[in-house]
Amino acid sequence: MDSFRCHELCKVFDGIHALAHVSTEIPSSGITAIIGPNGAGKTTLLNVLTGFLRPDSGRCFLGSREITHLAPHRIAQLGFARTFQDLRLILQVSVMDNVLLARPRQRGERLLSAILRFGVEREESQNREEAMRLLRFVGLDKMASHLAGELSYGQQKLLTLACCLATEARILLLDEPVSGVHPEMASQILRLLRQLRIDGKLVVFIEHEISAVREVADHVIVMDEGKVIAEGAPGDVLERPEILEAYLA
Amino acid sequence: MDYLLHILILVCIYSVLAVSLDLLAGHTGLLSMAHGAFYGLGAYTSALLALRLGSPFLVGTLLGMLVGALLSLVVSLPSLRLRGDYFVIATFGFQMIVWGVFNNWTEVTRGPLGIPGIPQPAVFGWVIKSHAGFMVLAALLAVLAHWVVGRITGSPFGRVLRAIREDELLAQSLGKNVFRFKVSAFAVSAALAAMAGSLYAHYVTFIDPTSFTVMESILVISMVIIGGAGSPWGPLIGTTMLVVLPEALRFLGFPSSVAANMRQIFYGVLLVVMMMGRPRGLVGRYGFSR
Repeated sequence: MDSFRCHELCKVFDGIHALAHVSTEIPSSGITAIIGPNGAGKTTLLNVLTGFLRPDSGRCFLGSREITHLAPHRIAQLGFARTFQDLRLILQVSVMDNVLLARPRQRGERLLSAILRFGVEREESQNREEAMRLLRFVGLDKMASHLAGELSYGQQKLLTLACCLATEARILLLDEPVSGVHPEMASQILRLLRQLRIDGKLVVFIEHEISAVREVADHVIVMDEGKVIAEGAPGDVLERPEILEAYLA
Repeated sequence: MDYLLHILILVCIYSVLAVSLDLLAGHTGLLSMAHGAFYGLGAYTSALLALRLGSPFLVGTLLGMLVGALLSLVVSLPSLRLRGDYFVIATFGFQMIVWGVFNNWTEVTRGPLGIPGIPQPAVFGWVIKSHAGFMVLAALLAVLAHWVVGRITGSPFGRVLRAIREDELLAQSLGKNVFRFKVSAFAVSAALAAMAGSLYAHYVTFIDPTSFTVMESILVISMVIIGGAGSPWGPLIGTTMLVVLPEALRFLGFPSSVAANMRQIFYGVLLVVMMMGRPRGLVGRYGFSR
């Protein structure tokens, strides 16, 4: 499997170094957590990796392929799916429609096929079945016909996860999957992440909840002031006094 | 009777313009000020082909639609990578340029003198001379336009258009080539507007640049907003209101010079009232006031 790495990434916002020469390699399987205090550059890193921000310098690679200057949708098509801190769902349409939107390579998304409908109905019903399976996986199958806007915050986080899975991406980049949700919901989300690891997905998540990181991460990257200050196995990294100090400060 | 048919034919022609704009403005969230220009491009292309080369109505219409779709790329390729407001301004600029060409390229368009004597359409050997015959043709094309837009908006393609309208970044993050979807939607919209133009040219048999000004674009936008953007029936309802109600003013006994000015005031008041009281339009699902 291809590993996923970045080299010397820099990004400056108004004179502040959001990323200062970030180089790291994310293991090609398992769950990697990116932690660090507010303003450490975690979300900026995620936005650069997924093409939503152009770095000022530095490069990103998936295997031997450079992805630094690809448009976000091209990177997504290479097998990346991400969530956003502010969730980003289409709240005025149903839960089901949000998942259907995420299905990849739909014939019905080509203009002529959309008008003439050759094979589109069948494809749509297959996508519906797959969407329903994913909604069952995250426990939202009973809400499929509700509007996404009617879900609770925690359920919306589950829905963003279902949408990511619906893209069939191998690499999932999740921005704060458990922050701010009910503890019961959080443990459900963590259970799903562990299941995804078993299914062979590579999960990278940004998180403030250190306990969640301890619970599921195989690999931890600690950032502060735009730099990677430590990385390694959680049992090792999270016990270092300087990390605890930087993180708690 | 012919007067009533005339009104219905106008409703059909404008409903094609409105439903095509709705594909772009209502479903995709891209407001275009250039619909008058594409309407005119279809009208001039088809009229000139008929007069100079004797090409039949359907051929002229199809070529007019092709011209509309191709010229839509002139606007969409450079401007659609930018945010929504720039697109509105770019389409406004395009509208002004195209109108300028209609008005000043006198060798081809005869400028303000207009093009008279456009032949009545013949479809598969059926020469349409009566209002009733034209009504049938206009209704068929209006149904076709509504069908095409309905198929698109009811498909996975339409689902992506609405996703782009609501949250472009989300659509990108799900691997959708947002640019391609916008360019395609704009090309279809422009082609359908050009189809309405061809229909209009062969109906009134005389065209000049005054029919294709920015006011025409604004009229079509009003139809979409008042009827309700992003809904199957909104554009048709808006069109019917804005075509029929001003005609009704004639029967209130105003002299025609006053009635013509009243019409503009009427549109303006209606738009303001709708924006304040019902920004989603009469049956719309999508508000422009956000």
